Amino acid sequence: MNEATDLQDLYRRTVLDHSRNPRNCRRIEAADASADGHNPLCGDKLTVYIKRDGPEIKDLAFEGVGCAISVASASIMTERLGHAAIAAARNEIALVLQQFGPTPADAQSLPGDMAALSGVRSYPSRTKCATLAWKTLLAVLDGENRPVTTEE
Amino acid sequence: MSANLTKERTQPLADLDIERIRDDFPILAEKINGHRLAYLDSAASSQHPQSVINAISHYYEHDHANVHRGVHTLSHRATDAHEGARENVRRFINAASTREIIFTRGTTEAINLVATSFGTTLEAGDEIVISHLEHHSNIVPWQMLCERTGSTLRVIPINDRGELILDAFHDLLNSRTRLVSVAHVSNALGTVMPVAEIISAAKTRGIPVLLDGAQAIPHQAVDVTALECDFYAFSGHKMFGPTGIGALYAREQWLERLPPYQGGGDMILEVSFDGTTFNDLPYKFEAGTPNIAGAVGLGAAIDYIDSIGMDRIQAYEANLLHYATAQLSAIDGLRLIGTAEHKAGVVSFTFDDIHPHDIGTVLDHQGVAIRTGHHCAMPVMDFFGIAGTARASLAFYNNRQDIDQLVDGLQVAIGMFRT
Repeated sequence: MNEATDLQDLYRRTVLDHSRNPRNCRRIEAADASADGHNPLCGDKLTVYIKRDGPEIKDLAFEGVGCAISVASASIMTERLGHAAIAAARNEIALVLQQFGPTPADAQSLPGDMAALSGVRSYPSRTKCATLAWKTLLAVLDGENRPVTTEE
Repeated sequence: MSANLTKERTQPLADLDIERIRDDFPILAEKINGHRLAYLDSAASSQHPQSVINAISHYYEHDHANVHRGVHTLSHRATDAHEGARENVRRFINAASTREIIFTRGTTEAINLVATSFGTTLEAGDEIVISHLEHHSNIVPWQMLCERTGSTLRVIPINDRGELILDAFHDLLNSRTRLVSVAHVSNALGTVMPVAEIISAAKTRGIPVLLDGAQAIPHQAVDVTALECDFYAFSGHKMFGPTGIGALYAREQWLERLPPYQGGGDMILEVSFDGTTFNDLPYKFEAGTPNIAGAVGLGAAIDYIDSIGMDRIQAYEANLLHYATAQLSAIDGLRLIGTAEHKAGVVSFTFDDIHPHDIGTVLDHQGVAIRTGHHCAMPVMDFFGIAGTARASLAFYNNRQDIDQLVDGLQVAIGMFRT
């Protein structure tokens, strides 16, 4: 871990806001698809629900328990992609997963409020918290029935 | 033997010179994120006194060769060091003979050894009894064995303090019960199990008992002869020794009867393509070149513990655990998970509004090392309806300053996350 990174850089105001008051934290009863995400390292589990309208997402929500990082990330994701075209959503998922992966592209920053989570990249053990919801949404879009895990 | 780890200390705290003891552990002087290290994760892995580090270095610098088969001087020295460590282990747990001490990679391998070798005696319909408090390493090997043999796993339930419900245990024992395998001390909650009563009830029915001693052996004197258990498993790295070494104590009558765990060198007397004659005990259960340096380190760790005295360690830790429990209980919104009457070494807790993972990160920033998550005991977490806990675990090198640093760190986390 980078010792210079301070806590305020990890838990920025935006992150704390989303974790304390997560957006779209609910079940979609008439969901077209859903998938479960699991981080076996910390026991966190969440479910991502999607309602589609043709090539677009009409509603996106999640429920479950998690740390401030994973809840904030899920909350921001549903806020950003709740009405996105599915193709655009896929692009954004790919960008986010790459940015929290081992080889983030320096030229590209995290989109929108996700930038508030950029401090997580200094914590290798916590990047899985930031990507859980996004990996789970990818599974929903791919129509995979098997639960997603951060440990592949 | 008394399993009561919370009894009143009989010696003054000052009797243990903690500052001198802390000086014996070089890693405790590390600065972590600019702060004094408060290492409160010894239940995951304990730290090493200089004497253990020196013993391993000395072995590699002066004594290393393969054991048991060389005619040259270094092989004799390595064999003497390895077998000397085995005698240390025997003495430490008061086994009758070194023939009953099998070196393993750790507790997990020791339990798997029993599940494999003892498991050959099981038939469909047989039953194995474990408890709801077990570490995954004392669950999964038995599930795998049950899958192989058609046996059934029975689980002793717990109450909301994290204690075994003994009446239910007695009801689980029947004519098909072949083995009882329980922790001596719970890793997730610190509950000291009523092993004397468990062993007594099992013995009355002629059922052997395995104790997972990983979390007990750094905190209290263990006497396998007094306990009258059939198997006792533990790890070196939770008792100030290195990783990759542990031991299984098993009664000689079992080891004589059971088939080997793995085949290979060292565990044979004679091999031909017509057949193989297995080696004598304990080597019959130790295939391949052993972890010689690990055994040497474990032996040195035992010498170190003996130099302080387990009774004094137990008394000191009981006092420190009492202090930690009191200090943490005073924090608003903190819920202790595991409030058994008899506990050792562990305080597990949660907050309704702060996730354990976030607590762990905030504490790390202040030099406080704790474990967060399910602690390889997911059934325990399920019982309490939580995903995980924050767990502070103690060793005799901890002091009240460590606890105060933990409490201060938790106040920072509360200030940060609580609205």
